[in-house]
Amino acid sequence: MKSIRIAMAAGGSLLALTLAGVLGAGIAAAQEPIKVGAFLSVTGPAAFLGDPEQKTLELYVEKLNAGGGVLGRKLQLLAYDSAGDADKARTFARRLIEQDKVDVIVGGSTTGETMAVVPLVEQAGIPFISLAGAVVIIEPVKKWVFKTPHTDRMACQKIFVDMGSRGITKIALISGAGGFDKSMRAECLKVAAQHKIEIVADETYGAGDADMTAQLTKIRTTPGVQAVLNAGFGQGPAIVTKNFRQIGMTVPLYQSHGVASKEFVKLSGEAAEGVRLPAAALLVAETLPDSDPQKKVVVAYKREYEARFKSEVSTFGGHAYDGLMLVVEAMKRAGSTDKAKVRDALEATRGYMGTAGMVNMSPQDHMGLDLTAFRMLEVRRGDWSLIK
Amino acid sequence: MSGQLAQYLLSGITIGTIYALVALGFSIIFNASHVINFAQGEFVMIGGMTTVSLTGAGLPPPAAMIAAVGLAALVGLALEKFAVEPARRAPVVTLIIITIGASILLRGLAALVWDKKLHTLAPFSGSAPIEIAGAALLPQSLWVLGVSLAIVLALSWFFGRTLLGKAMLATSNQGVAAQLVGINVRRVLLISFGLSAALGAVAGILITPITLTSWDVGIMLGLKGFAAAVLGGLGSGPGAVLGGLVLGVAESLSAGYLSSAYKDVIAFVLMLAVLFFRPTGILGGRTAERV
Amino acid sequence: MIARFVSPRIEGLAALLAVIAALPLALSNNYFYEVAILVGLNAIVCVGLNLLIGYAGQISLGHAGFFGLGAYGSAILSARFDWPPLAALAAATVAVALLAYLIGRPILRLRGHYLAMATLGMGVIVSIVAATEDRWTGGPDGMSVPPFKLFGATLSGEGAWYCVVGALLVAAVWLSLNLIESPTGRALRALSSSEVAAEVSGIDSARQKVLVFVISAVFASVAGSLTAHYSGFITPSKLSFFHSIELVTMVVFGGMASTYGAVVGAAVLTTLPQLLTVFKDYEMVVFGAIMMGTMIFMPKGLVPSIGTWVGGSRARKDLR
Repeated sequence: MKSIRIAMAAGGSLLALTLAGVLGAGIAAAQEPIKVGAFLSVTGPAAFLGDPEQKTLELYVEKLNAGGGVLGRKLQLLAYDSAGDADKARTFARRLIEQDKVDVIVGGSTTGETMAVVPLVEQAGIPFISLAGAVVIIEPVKKWVFKTPHTDRMACQKIFVDMGSRGITKIALISGAGGFDKSMRAECLKVAAQHKIEIVADETYGAGDADMTAQLTKIRTTPGVQAVLNAGFGQGPAIVTKNFRQIGMTVPLYQSHGVASKEFVKLSGEAAEGVRLPAAALLVAETLPDSDPQKKVVVAYKREYEARFKSEVSTFGGHAYDGLMLVVEAMKRAGSTDKAKVRDALEATRGYMGTAGMVNMSPQDHMGLDLTAFRMLEVRRGDWSLIK
Repeated sequence: MSGQLAQYLLSGITIGTIYALVALGFSIIFNASHVINFAQGEFVMIGGMTTVSLTGAGLPPPAAMIAAVGLAALVGLALEKFAVEPARRAPVVTLIIITIGASILLRGLAALVWDKKLHTLAPFSGSAPIEIAGAALLPQSLWVLGVSLAIVLALSWFFGRTLLGKAMLATSNQGVAAQLVGINVRRVLLISFGLSAALGAVAGILITPITLTSWDVGIMLGLKGFAAAVLGGLGSGPGAVLGGLVLGVAESLSAGYLSSAYKDVIAFVLMLAVLFFRPTGILGGRTAERV
Repeated sequence: MIARFVSPRIEGLAALLAVIAALPLALSNNYFYEVAILVGLNAIVCVGLNLLIGYAGQISLGHAGFFGLGAYGSAILSARFDWPPLAALAAATVAVALLAYLIGRPILRLRGHYLAMATLGMGVIVSIVAATEDRWTGGPDGMSVPPFKLFGATLSGEGAWYCVVGALLVAAVWLSLNLIESPTGRALRALSSSEVAAEVSGIDSARQKVLVFVISAVFASVAGSLTAHYSGFITPSKLSFFHSIELVTMVVFGGMASTYGAVVGAAVLTTLPQLLTVFKDYEMVVFGAIMMGTMIFMPKGLVPSIGTWVGGSRARKDLR
């Protein structure tokens, strides 16, 4: 008897859930707001990408609405959690396009999720701004796909330029198993020769690995290594950094822009001293000289985010901010939310200053950043400082 | 050259000890109930994360650690009482799904209660590495090894010398006979979950200074600990410890000498090899099956 | 001979066909079609897996491995070597069947938790290899897959895919039902209640178990190949331990030893995440709670439990 009642309860709740979902969708369609769709990795392995991204989008949609909206209409954010899974991302993108009928999509925290959605977006003809890093997103250029973060190739180039300026020519590479790691490693291998850098050791570690001393020991015993580059993301780089000091390595350690956050410094503890990486100016917002053209934008975002969410600002949240603002600007310039007009306006973005840097898009460049958008930072006394 | 080997061995032993503690947790529960608790890794996570948030809130570390272990034990007891006990007579597959559902639930709760970021704890006695035979060992690793050794000794005393411990062993050997001699099998089950959870939490607290913690740190650790338990022999305490150490060292050596990319594969290949050639594990005895 | 085809199980099949034919009336846009197609593809895998778990009484926590091997096999052959998709699918299926046969023998000697662990280990190994060999597989970010071509015509558009997947699902269910009523099926049922007794009465348990293992692997592989072509994209997460667990949950949730249960399980658990988005941050907690709750209160699964509720043991037999 008990199981029957439970079965009925389960069936009833399932029915109720379906009705709620359908009704919710129905209510949303009744008003006439500008719909901004998003699919982000709020949970799952890429959660610390998606979480600040979602918070940022929510915060600024609210702010824009408080200021009267865009083109006289309110903005409505429809965000789904794709949990870092490419298939979920695809289904949610489909849902945003077909069911929710959004005007534009900002999202795709990881490259895998972004690439899975590209065919859908191209076919449906809807502007899509990706928040993921790999260069493959915009190379080759796709008509409806744009992106706000710097590419991993730019990170490699910025690092190699810095190394070159210090006379470093032979380095060791260590990277993890994730998509970001592998993509950046491939890009660094590709562009190293152009910058007169020779990669003499190439080690990898697995996702969730707790100890990299074996790989670092191998690197230490490789002759001629003048610096180590960790193309990593997530938990790995902090452990690499700690292990690095643990086994007494003294050559310079470079990290990727994937760990450009106070978190990384806190997690690595004292070991982080002297680590260098390329990052958006957002990280050192307040210490920028007043003459820096980016200072106003990054300081404003930093203050607003930290005041609302009581937690450190992150560059990933900054990418979402840039994505949203670029779209809003494009809509204002186009004077409508017509998808083709917004796309053209996006492509024509010139001189827009975002948290990532100055954006100048073109039909061949759907990202619009150049190397000046990256700043080289070094950890000194537990905090980021700009390398002049 | 030998400095390299020493480094690989020491790192392998450190991480192997963590696998051993997780494996012990699996074995204890398996012994009492023949259930594989897929939520074991989450106890490790709860131990680490609770300590982090309590010390962050101002509690002195020792108090935070005790509270964390206590909380994990409570969660373990709750898991047994509300999820495993009602489904005791269900087929193996169903029980597996229940514990997996529990691990998803716990992770979801962790993400809500805390956050999705990585966290660390201050090492118990500083971070200056100790030089041993050309390799650098973190002081925290000594803590991991020392506390684990103490736990293993305490457990063997518990199971060998105390009435409750012997009752638990009796239940795992022959549940019906144990009931017949008056052992409260339900209570034994409850205690085994609580004990395993506490073990997992201790492991979590010990390694957080080395490997960091976060809401989803339990997934991989659970899988590897499980592989270690099977390697050494499911249900065998010394087997769990041996399995963990063998796994840790094998991983470290293969990362150093073979391919660091396939290091994780080694764990599962080893486990498969054991399952094919000696299914009861390195230290598991031959079992006779009743027809 | 006609009598063999017109049997009690034709009613169930007819009902399934009717549901598949009538469903498009409720599918108002491509998003709903997509969910329906994904349900269908998952259901094909589950019907096969149900034969293994429900009827043969074995466990596989690594079936996503077969799904993924089929998917990657099709993807790599058609994208990197320009094979026609149909040939790629056939080749991938044959390869997976061969692999299942080769590992089936040693693995199925294990029982219970040990079998679970072994299948889990195999699944994890396959997924790590797929994520590491990025030259072939595109690594963790995955790779693009060309659309499916059937004799020169490209299969595109949700409507066309829906028909193909629907037809295949009916075929899969029909095959499964046939197998269950065949001597092999009876041998399997004997096996799952007592392996020793079955062997004593002359059943070659090893051979039967391997046969079902291969069949369920083939179902998964075909579904995997089609999923890859439908999505146009494949990532190693389709091979992951989580996906294997999802598949097992669908089978057990819907009802072990119930072909239609497998379909229902696939339908509910594929659509559930779409419904749970209303819970936002609580989605994981609710999902875990639902998994646990349904297993604790309905350990036999949804369809058999409803069957018991509706009409007692007679209804339970008819639902097979």
